Amino acid sequence: MTDPITPVLTANWADDRAWKLTNYERRGGYATLRKALRSDPDDIATLVKDSQLRGRGGAGFPTGFKWSLLDKDLSKPRYLVVNADESEPGACKDMPMMMASPHTLVEGVIISSFAFHAHHAFIYVRGEVLHVVRRLQQAVAEAYSAGYLGRNIQGSGYDLDLIVHAGAGAYICGEETALLDSLEGRRGQPRLKPPFPAVAGLYGSPTVINNVESISTIPAIVGNGIDWFTSMGVDNGKGMGIMSLAGHVNNPGQVEVPLGTTLRELLDVTGGIRDGHRLKFWTPGGSSSPIFTDEHLDVPLDYDSVAKAGSMLGTRSLQIFDETVSVVRTVLRWSEFYKHESCGKCTPCREGTWWLVQILQRIEAGQGQEGDIEKLLDLCDNIGGKAFCALGDAATSPINSAIKYFRDEFEAGYHTPAWELFPPERSVVYAHAGRTTPPNPPEPVTSAGGTGSAESFGGIQ
Amino acid sequence: MTVTQSSAGEVEKKEDLVTITIDDTEVSVPKGTLIIRAAELIGIEIPRFCDHPLLDPVAACRQCMVEIPDMGNGRGMPKPQPSCAITVMPGMKVNTQLTSEKAEKAQRGMLEFLLINHPLDCPICDKGGECPLQNQSLSHGDGESRYDGVKRVYPKPINLSAQILLDRERCVLCARCTRFSEQIAGDPFIQLMDRGAWQQVNIAGDQELESYWSGNTIQICPVGALTSAAYRFRSRPFDLVSVPSIAEHDSSGSAIRVDHRRGTVMRRLAGDDPEVNEEWISDKDRFAFRYGRGEDRLTQPLVRDNGELRSASWPEAIDVAVRGLRAAGSSVGVLPGGRLTQEDAYGYSKFARAVLGTNDIDFRARPHSAEEAEYLASTVAGSGLGVTFTDLENASAVLMAGFEPEDEGGIVFLRLRKANLKKQLKSYQIAPYLSDGARKMGATLIPTIPANEALTLSGLKDVELDDKSVIIVGERLARSPGALTAALELSGRTGARLAWIPRRAGERGAVEAGCLPNLLPGGRPVVDAAARVDTAATWGVESLPTLTGRSAEEILAAAAGGDVKALLVGGLQPADFRDPALVKNGLENAGFVVSLEARSSEVTERADVVLPVGLLEERAGSFVNWEGRNRAFDVVLKKPNTMSDLRVLAALADGLGRDLGIRTVEQAAAELAELGPWEGARAAAPNHDPATPAGVGSDPNSAILSTWRLHIDDARAIDGEPHLAATARRPVARLSQRTAEAAGIGQFVQVSTSRGALRLPVELVDELPAGVIWVPTRAAGLGVGEHLAVSSGEVVRIEGAN
Repeated sequence: MTDPITPVLTANWADDRAWKLTNYERRGGYATLRKALRSDPDDIATLVKDSQLRGRGGAGFPTGFKWSLLDKDLSKPRYLVVNADESEPGACKDMPMMMASPHTLVEGVIISSFAFHAHHAFIYVRGEVLHVVRRLQQAVAEAYSAGYLGRNIQGSGYDLDLIVHAGAGAYICGEETALLDSLEGRRGQPRLKPPFPAVAGLYGSPTVINNVESISTIPAIVGNGIDWFTSMGVDNGKGMGIMSLAGHVNNPGQVEVPLGTTLRELLDVTGGIRDGHRLKFWTPGGSSSPIFTDEHLDVPLDYDSVAKAGSMLGTRSLQIFDETVSVVRTVLRWSEFYKHESCGKCTPCREGTWWLVQILQRIEAGQGQEGDIEKLLDLCDNIGGKAFCALGDAATSPINSAIKYFRDEFEAGYHTPAWELFPPERSVVYAHAGRTTPPNPPEPVTSAGGTGSAESFGGIQ
Repeated sequence: MTVTQSSAGEVEKKEDLVTITIDDTEVSVPKGTLIIRAAELIGIEIPRFCDHPLLDPVAACRQCMVEIPDMGNGRGMPKPQPSCAITVMPGMKVNTQLTSEKAEKAQRGMLEFLLINHPLDCPICDKGGECPLQNQSLSHGDGESRYDGVKRVYPKPINLSAQILLDRERCVLCARCTRFSEQIAGDPFIQLMDRGAWQQVNIAGDQELESYWSGNTIQICPVGALTSAAYRFRSRPFDLVSVPSIAEHDSSGSAIRVDHRRGTVMRRLAGDDPEVNEEWISDKDRFAFRYGRGEDRLTQPLVRDNGELRSASWPEAIDVAVRGLRAAGSSVGVLPGGRLTQEDAYGYSKFARAVLGTNDIDFRARPHSAEEAEYLASTVAGSGLGVTFTDLENASAVLMAGFEPEDEGGIVFLRLRKANLKKQLKSYQIAPYLSDGARKMGATLIPTIPANEALTLSGLKDVELDDKSVIIVGERLARSPGALTAALELSGRTGARLAWIPRRAGERGAVEAGCLPNLLPGGRPVVDAAARVDTAATWGVESLPTLTGRSAEEILAAAAGGDVKALLVGGLQPADFRDPALVKNGLENAGFVVSLEARSSEVTERADVVLPVGLLEERAGSFVNWEGRNRAFDVVLKKPNTMSDLRVLAALADGLGRDLGIRTVEQAAAELAELGPWEGARAAAPNHDPATPAGVGSDPNSAILSTWRLHIDDARAIDGEPHLAATARRPVARLSQRTAEAAGIGQFVQVSTSRGALRLPVELVDELPAGVIWVPTRAAGLGVGEHLAVSSGEVVRIEGAN
């Protein structure tokens, strides 16, 4: 088997202090920018469009096409906003990207802004990741000092200001219009569309909102050309992408591979599921994507194939769970997350997540009531597709898919607590002191009775 | 539930219509119509909470979901869509809950969600019985909830202001109240806070909901989350009898609904009148209706006996009054006040001329001038429906002088603000500074020292006025010499139309009825012989007094000097005049005073005969609003012995051996209609010189006074409603830092004249011209007339105070 790994964005991550401008430049960083500044912006926009790059933030909207939707009227300023509010449970690609090589993103921002005539760009970073915020600020300051940002960049006559803005810690602010509201200083809640951001976005002006990885990919595309980029990936899913592996794998972390690589291939090159265990279920794109099981090990991880298999590629946050993990418990934790992160604007998401959590809690505690599974499915049907933004849909994905593949575990929740069926200490990598982890997973305990442990330790992280 | 208000009387052009199919029924609606509105037009009611026709769509409650199998381009929407936020497209197909199972299930599910955290305390909720959540749960929801979990709970209720209370448990977070406050009133002091199910409406810190319009949030709340301190737990909707009426606290003539139970008005709501108040009313119009319930309510006639007032029977009191009036002959001054219905005002007008034989009649219980009387006679009286609310909304520009839209204009403010937000109306405010109200409607200040309005108007630059523009002149312009003359001249020069907007509900009607010394009903000039003959013929009298009479202040001065022997006084307060002492002096020294009033007052104390008339809610009649629109209303509470001013005047006329000819509202209205507007030559327009520019003297402690009445102040109308009174703005004096420093003023200022002094906290407003100080006219206990006996534009002394 050939090694599928294609380090492009991650190529310099292991370099000594890869985040410093000098080290980035030593690797050829900003050369593409200098070249780009001498070309016609429209040519770059066309190049990006022709590269078939699809958004790496989850939805997979073609990046170049998004740029082309900008209101043609140039009397208003145009803005580029980079969505760096990575908060999806399991998602871990943008943060390491910005930690390891912030200049890749900064270079991408400059080239992209140049391509569609923006003179102000913003990076909206999740507020909790202060270390990333600092690193970005340092990188931006370095770029200003080196003349990559500010007035008359590299003598090209092109001006660009880049502002790093820290959010205040709300998952909803990753929704692009809520992000805009938050960036404008308001409460982050999604906006009614139309108007779409391309027409009236930030401060009512035409705005492009792109994911960190999408923008970081731009220098590579512009530098290496369309043929290079499209040689990777599959039809309708060109290029490479960062996959983040987490959970019960021997070597969690980020791997950059062409789209269309399967989980089996990834596990093969990264060291597989933790020893002595087997894959039970996994998410292809974080908690918002319907879960997969071991039957999906060979589903190519590209937009269309994953969708065809009933999930979505999302943020390629591969959370891997082995057979020690309770699906019910996992789904409850995710649901608690959505309940906590629901912004409250629309009824189904606000009230629905409140309700779902209560039903899941009693199923976890083995106190589920006859009909709870049907009720969960019906509530998910009443939320899904009816909410104001995608958060509502996302909240239903894990529940619907988990019941689809593991209905019996939910049924067991009518009489047996999940912590008896799947004692959480078996899921942890390092056992707590005073506790023994059985070397081999026991058969699920089906007898009711034990008081169980109210232990709420998260287990897998 | 609100019904669409578009298209009434409008003929849409064919090309602007879009045809769509809703539930297999074709309907053509104007371009831009929302699906939910289009459905209403064919009688399909889609349940909704956040949707309100006068607020921008927000699509938050998700109750109005429909299926759209075809957007008009052959493609359908894969998911159900909120019909409140999507406009019609040609060829669009929509399936509502009536034809789509998906839509029906979505709506059912949404109602179930809305109720899981709702306390279901309908049996003790004010809204129970008229609650959109209750109603729609029954019509579109399931009978039983599947929810058996834990509900979200909050301490309740919390005060958003002294008047408005919020029960957060009942709230369904539709954001109607917050959107109203932001989009309509411009007072965004309530906002949604927190997130998820803990999202809640709240105020920031201790900044309460400071708004003159806050009561509307209660009315549009689709649940019982917002209640008023005044009405909370007082009654149930199904026990109330509702009567449409007209509000009496400003000159807008807002449509209201009065709800009463067992002979007591329990509450008032905004009526729905798209031409006038749309669906909004001011807090004063909503809450101030208990003023007649205090101990000062007059129930029996009183006559003065040996210096003391004592109860008397109606026949005795009328006899005493008749004797007094007969003795005075035609030397009687008539002061009806500005709060009467047109019919009552007409009664006074006719009584003065046809019975007493005098033109000494003036309704203006406030600072006034001869120039104003001339302006009203030449320009306002008998002019019918002039500039309308709709005209204001569609104006090319609006210029205001002597007029504060939010404090003095009621609904005019909301309409001007709407025009500014929706139609980019440019408005200009001739004033010493831009008030909060003017700011909220985006007005541009044309800085003017009070009493210098005439010069500003005649020297107006950078303001483009044309025949689609409106010049609003307020009643305060009366005290600015030459200003009304200049406004007329500006109107003539530019083609801009004039609108006179007084504060009180009865003023325009009194003008139409001829309650002015120079004016007979319908705009007939007193000095015009033909007009007198015309009026006399209708009234069946031989002749009418020929000379222009005295103004209110002149009448009172003459009464004090013995030139007027008796006074016939309607509902007015001395404190409303420029110099209340002059009024009291006049009343005290007049030989004989007859007072027609509902409540005991400073006039009562000085009257010889007091004839109690009924409260407005017990009577029928009509107001003429500032537009010139007749706003008729019927009796709300039928009380058998209620007397109207008109009925009392007729009795007095009988006693004097003359027949007033009208006893009822219907008769008065019929006679007014018979008279009609005067078709002869109009009274001459005023031609007054501007005042010498009031410069700032060299004395830094001398200042020019700017003052107007705030929407909520010491008015007797809000008596009995302490929660409303508590929402009054804190009284402050405003002046620029420069003026304050020059005069050595710190935190407090003492404003004084030879007659007295006022002490007020200072708020620095640097926009104010040097040497100008603004104070509220009638803050509680701080009346400018009472303490200073001056009005706007006059000089006062300012000094620092502790």
